Formats: sequence, C-alpha cells, structure tokens
Amino acid sequence: MFSGYSMSELGAIFAMQGFAGLILFSVFVLMALGLAIIFGQMGVINMAHGEFMILGAYVTYMVSHVFQTWLPGLFGLYFFVAMILAFIAAGLLGMAVEWAMIRHLYKRPLDTLLATWGLSLILQQIYRSVFGAREVGVTIPDWMMGSLPLTDLIEIPINGIFVMVLTVAISAAVYVMMFRSRWGQQVRAINQNRVMAGAVGIDTERTDRLTFGIGCGVAGVAGAAFTMIGSTGPTSGQLYIVDTFLVVVFGGAASLLGTIASAFTISQAQSIMEFFLSGSMAKVLTLLAVVGILMLRPQGLFALKLRK
Amino acid sequence: MSDNKKTPANPLKSGPNRRAVLAGGAALTASLFTPKFLRAQDFPTAAVNTTGLAVTDDTVTIGILHSITGTMAISETGSVQAEKLAIEQINAQGGILGRKIEFIQEDGASDWPTFAEKARKLLVNDKVASVMGCWTSASRKAVLPVFEQNNGMLYYPTFYEGLEQSPNVIYTGQEATQQIIAGLDWVNRTKGAKSFYLLGSDYIWPRTSNKIARKHIENFMEGCEVVGEEYYPLGHTQFNSVINKIRLKKPDVIYAIVVGGSNVAFYKQLKAAGIDMTKEAPLLLTISVTEDEIRGIGGENIEGAYACMKYFQSLKNENNRAFVAAFKEMWGDDMVIGDVTQAAYLGPWLWKAAVEKAGSFDVDKVREASPGIELPTAPEGYVKIHENHHLWSKTRVGRAQADGQYEVVYETEDLVEPNPFPEGYQ
Repeated sequence: MFSGYSMSELGAIFAMQGFAGLILFSVFVLMALGLAIIFGQMGVINMAHGEFMILGAYVTYMVSHVFQTWLPGLFGLYFFVAMILAFIAAGLLGMAVEWAMIRHLYKRPLDTLLATWGLSLILQQIYRSVFGAREVGVTIPDWMMGSLPLTDLIEIPINGIFVMVLTVAISAAVYVMMFRSRWGQQVRAINQNRVMAGAVGIDTERTDRLTFGIGCGVAGVAGAAFTMIGSTGPTSGQLYIVDTFLVVVFGGAASLLGTIASAFTISQAQSIMEFFLSGSMAKVLTLLAVVGILMLRPQGLFALKLRK
Repeated sequence: MSDNKKTPANPLKSGPNRRAVLAGGAALTASLFTPKFLRAQDFPTAAVNTTGLAVTDDTVTIGILHSITGTMAISETGSVQAEKLAIEQINAQGGILGRKIEFIQEDGASDWPTFAEKARKLLVNDKVASVMGCWTSASRKAVLPVFEQNNGMLYYPTFYEGLEQSPNVIYTGQEATQQIIAGLDWVNRTKGAKSFYLLGSDYIWPRTSNKIARKHIENFMEGCEVVGEEYYPLGHTQFNSVINKIRLKKPDVIYAIVVGGSNVAFYKQLKAAGIDMTKEAPLLLTISVTEDEIRGIGGENIEGAYACMKYFQSLKNENNRAFVAAFKEMWGDDMVIGDVTQAAYLGPWLWKAAVEKAGSFDVDKVREASPGIELPTAPEGYVKIHENHHLWSKTRVGRAQADGQYEVVYETEDLVEPNPFPEGYQ
C-alpha cells in the first residue's frame, strides 16, 4: 500500500490521518455530552437526543437566513449567535418535555425509552411539516470552510479545528458545572439517592428539569456545530443516535470522564481501521470490539464506585 | 429496435397545443381547439375495461405510491409532485380516452412491507388502472410480487442498478449501464483520466454500479485502472479517513455514489479538506447527486463536480422550458427538478400513450402496446420504450454550479439502448 511514496508524503498523510482521528473524537464527545448528562446522571434513556440536535441545526439554518437578509455585514459571525440560540431553544424544549412527560416516568426508566422514541417520531414529523421533507442547506461563513495549509503537504480542515475548540470549551463548562457548582452537587446527590436528596431539602423537581434542559441544550449546540460537517433534514438526527449511545454506554453511563475516554478509544480505533480497511469493515470491527469489551465489563470503561 | 431517429408526434398525443396548456390558464382554450379531442362516448367503458378496473364513463383511477413520511420523503416528494403535475396536464387536455384521471395516493412511509401492503390495497381494493410509484430498489422489490400476482402496472422513476425486467413494470429512469458507461468514456476521452477511485454507500445500487464501472474501466478502457474501491454504511457522516486515502492514491477521478445524509457530509468534508473540485485534481464524477440533493449539500460545496445522468433542470429545449415553468407554477418558484423527478413526470404520459395506442385500459393490452411507444414531448427530449420495458434515452454530463444548477457539458449523440442484463459486466 505504501510503496512508491516518499517519507515526507507518508508523514504528511499520517499527520492528517491523526488529525482526522482527533476530529472524529471531538465529534463523538460533542454529540455524547448531552446524553451523558441525561442518561448518565438522570438515568433517562433519551431516544430523541438526535432530534434535539437537529433542532439546533434548524435554529442555525434560520439564524443564517435572518443574518443574510437583515445583517449581511455580520454574516461571518452569525454562527456564534446561532449556537447560543440553539442552546436556548433546545434547552427550553427539553424542559417542556421534562415537565410534560419525563417527570412522570422517573420510577419507570425503561418506559422513558418508548416515550422518548415516540417523541423523536413526533419531532421528526413536526420538522417535516415546518421545514419540508427535503434537507435544507445551511450556508457556512467563508472563513469557516476550507483548510489551513500547515506545510506543502499537510492541510487541516478549519471546521475540524472549530469543532475541537468547541468540544474542549463545552467539556470544560460541563465539568465545572457538574463538579464545582451547587447545581452539580445536587444532581449527583439525586443520582445517588433520590429520596434522601429530597429529604435533605434539595428541590429534586427543579434540579431534574434544569438538568434535562441543559443536556438537551448541549445537544442543540452540537447540532448547530454539525451543520458544518453533516446534513440538516428531518431525519438527520437518526444518523447520530447509535454512535451517541455507543459512546455513552461504552464509557460507563454515570461517568463523564468515561464518556470522553470511550469517545477517544472508539474514534481512534475506527479512524485507524478506516484507513487500512474498507469503511463498512471498520465499522463492523469497531462494533465487535465494543460488544466484546462490554461482555467482559458490563458497567463500561469507568464506573462509579458505590456501596451496593 | 435500433431505430432511434426522431419521428413526428403521434396525432393522438396532444400535439401543438401542449405548450399552451403548460403555460397555465390556457388549459380550457387548449382543449377546445385540440383537433383530436377524444370523447368518452367513442370508447364505451365495457369495451375499454374488460378486467374490472376502476374505470367509469368519465373517470379512470390510478394510484400514486411514494413515501411522504420517513427517511425517503426527502427524495420521493419531487416524484409525487411531478406525477401530480402530469396528471393535471393530461386532464386539462381532456384526459385519457375522454376520461379524467383521478388518483389515490398512498404513503409507503419509507418502510418496504408497508409499500407491499399499500400496493395490494391499490390493486385489489381500489382496482387502480396503473400505479406511479416506488423510489428505492428495496421498495420496488417489495411490491414486485404484488404487481405480478395481481397483474398491475407500475411506472418506476428512479435510475437503478438494472438486473431486473418485469412484465408489470415500466422503468422510466435509466438502468446502470446507460448511466455509467457514457460518463466514464467521456471523462477518459476529454479529460484524459486514467485512474479511478470508486466510492459508495454500502447497498445494492452503488455496489452493482461500481461493479459495472470497474468492469468497464478494466476491460474496455485502455490503460485505465481502478486504484481503490470503498463502501461506507448508509448514514455514515465521517469521511476524513477516506479523503486521506484518496490523497494518498492520487486518482484522476473520484467516482462517488454516496447517497442520503452521507452525501451532504461527504461533499462538505471534501471541501473542508481543501480538495477544490473546480480545479479537477482530482476530478469528481458522481451518478447520485441531482439538483434535489444539491439543495441539502449547498451549491458552494459541490461547485465543479460532474454528474452523469439523463436529465438536468438546465436543459435547453422547448419541452423542458415549458415543463420547468409549469412545475414551478404548480409547486413554487424555489423548487428544483432532478433526474428522478423528470422520470416520474414521464410515467403518466407514457401510460397515456400506451392506453391510447391500445384503445383500452386493460393491463395486458397496455403492456402489449408499450414497447415502441415514443414520447417526443418529454422534457429530456425524445424517449422511446424498449422491448425490455426500459427507456431509450440520451445520457448527459453536467457540471455543478455554485447556484445549485448543472451546466450541461456533454450529451451522447444517439439514444443509449437500455441493457438491464449487460453481458461482460456481471
């Protein structure tokens, strides 16, 4: 496979391939963070996670049109506004859903699976009715497209760098909120013992609603960012849901660090195998490896140490 | 069946007034002045319908069977719109054998068993005279036994992998060899391309098409080679690895048959990786991106890529100008028309021509009349039904523009013969 190439060419390709793996890692972390909060901390199996992401993408689409029409001069910056609005929109919808549906199901976690799956179908049809069945094209500002030539041979996609920076920023924010804020303390307390947390005076209902809202909001931001690399259509959310659950479950549901570690493992394994094997085969082998490891270690890579 | 010269319009077809009808409000005037206005009383129902189809003295009912919900709604919406337009235009001209077409629309919901169930409902309960429908090969394969059992007639619009020929289906899109070979020859002849990287989504159509492409490149194109062949699962959204592999192999041509949401991800990432398709190094040739898909991808992300198919919205002929204008008037100015949408538009017209030639709605008689049916009024230009139920059609290469349209850069001189079972390619 490598005969007939000079060392510098091979070096450049491997550097770019390493970077491709890092981009994949960022994408996985970004899409899994929201779910890690909701599934990991609250135990809600949110099958509508992908649809919350796509809500963020549609918000981006609308904001881009608003800027094109009213503020063409600031078009290069619309993406930041769009991400904030995507967070707010997805977060508010998440809180509404929690109030209307999820809070009645905390004692029946498996039923949340069916309920949120139904929700995902409802949201898909709403998107289809509002935005049309066809995919919409989101125009990305010029400065975010294209690549950054590091050397003559190595070119790094700018949107990849953007996704990586965003991932680091959001991960840091989630970490601070989870482990350094009062809200995070309450979330973790509820996660460990709901009844006891309520007894010591934590407003569990409010905390739950806020947690679900933040999880959905993060999904919305991820969706906004993915307009750079993927499609925006009523069913596009379905493209992400399997990988998202894979990352969260493999990492150990209750551990944010586990989510990041598992995203890294899966993304590197997949990107290396994609390079040496065909795409479908890489996917098959990745899934097989994950199944194998989960059989040996059902709690995932990282598990909270709890006294049972 | 080698006679593919243009022949004058059959007087039974609308003739000179079609454009007036297409222009919009002139429908009534047109039908008043149509010289050969067929009246229902000349064709008594008992004579034109001996098998109990849904035909009355002044109406005939057909079925429309596409997905308007679910994943495939993205693609199939255009087909439904085109079929409804054709039906409206035919009715404005006085219908078929003096009967207005009415349609029953069913939703296949992107689910293949649902397609089969709805097809059975249309044929058995509603007794429709023909069905315009299906999009994916999987849905066609699911309804095929239903159509063959109940002797229905399906007009199938999508370009597809071939390897099928049913007496109960008319294939109005191109089969794989029609679409593939002309494009490969063109890129070799005019661009001097020698090495090809084949890429596709992982299911039957891209795999069969790439197999044909590989056989053609290796056996029939001198000095040409395939340097890579890759498939990614449907819905795959990360293409950075394969883009690096393409850089490593330095092919002259990336031959891409990626579909659905993956399509958008692929072209966006290709552009982000600094592969500028307008520079043609490498050149990108696809058979899976119509104007419909470009709306999702964004014209600026695919500018410079070449697509090989039989129809582009930008075709400059009178039929097409009228078709595009009528389509936009009916469905809105921001609509785009892709290859399959045009092929879906042909369905009702081909059926009309066959019914009028047969003088009957009976499926057996329509089938017998179908081979040799010509449609000089097709937006893509003249087409003709082959004995194998596929269409003779020209193949064209278009170059994607930033505005989301294709500029036609090449068109085959003659109609290309459909060959669903190509020898030497399997």
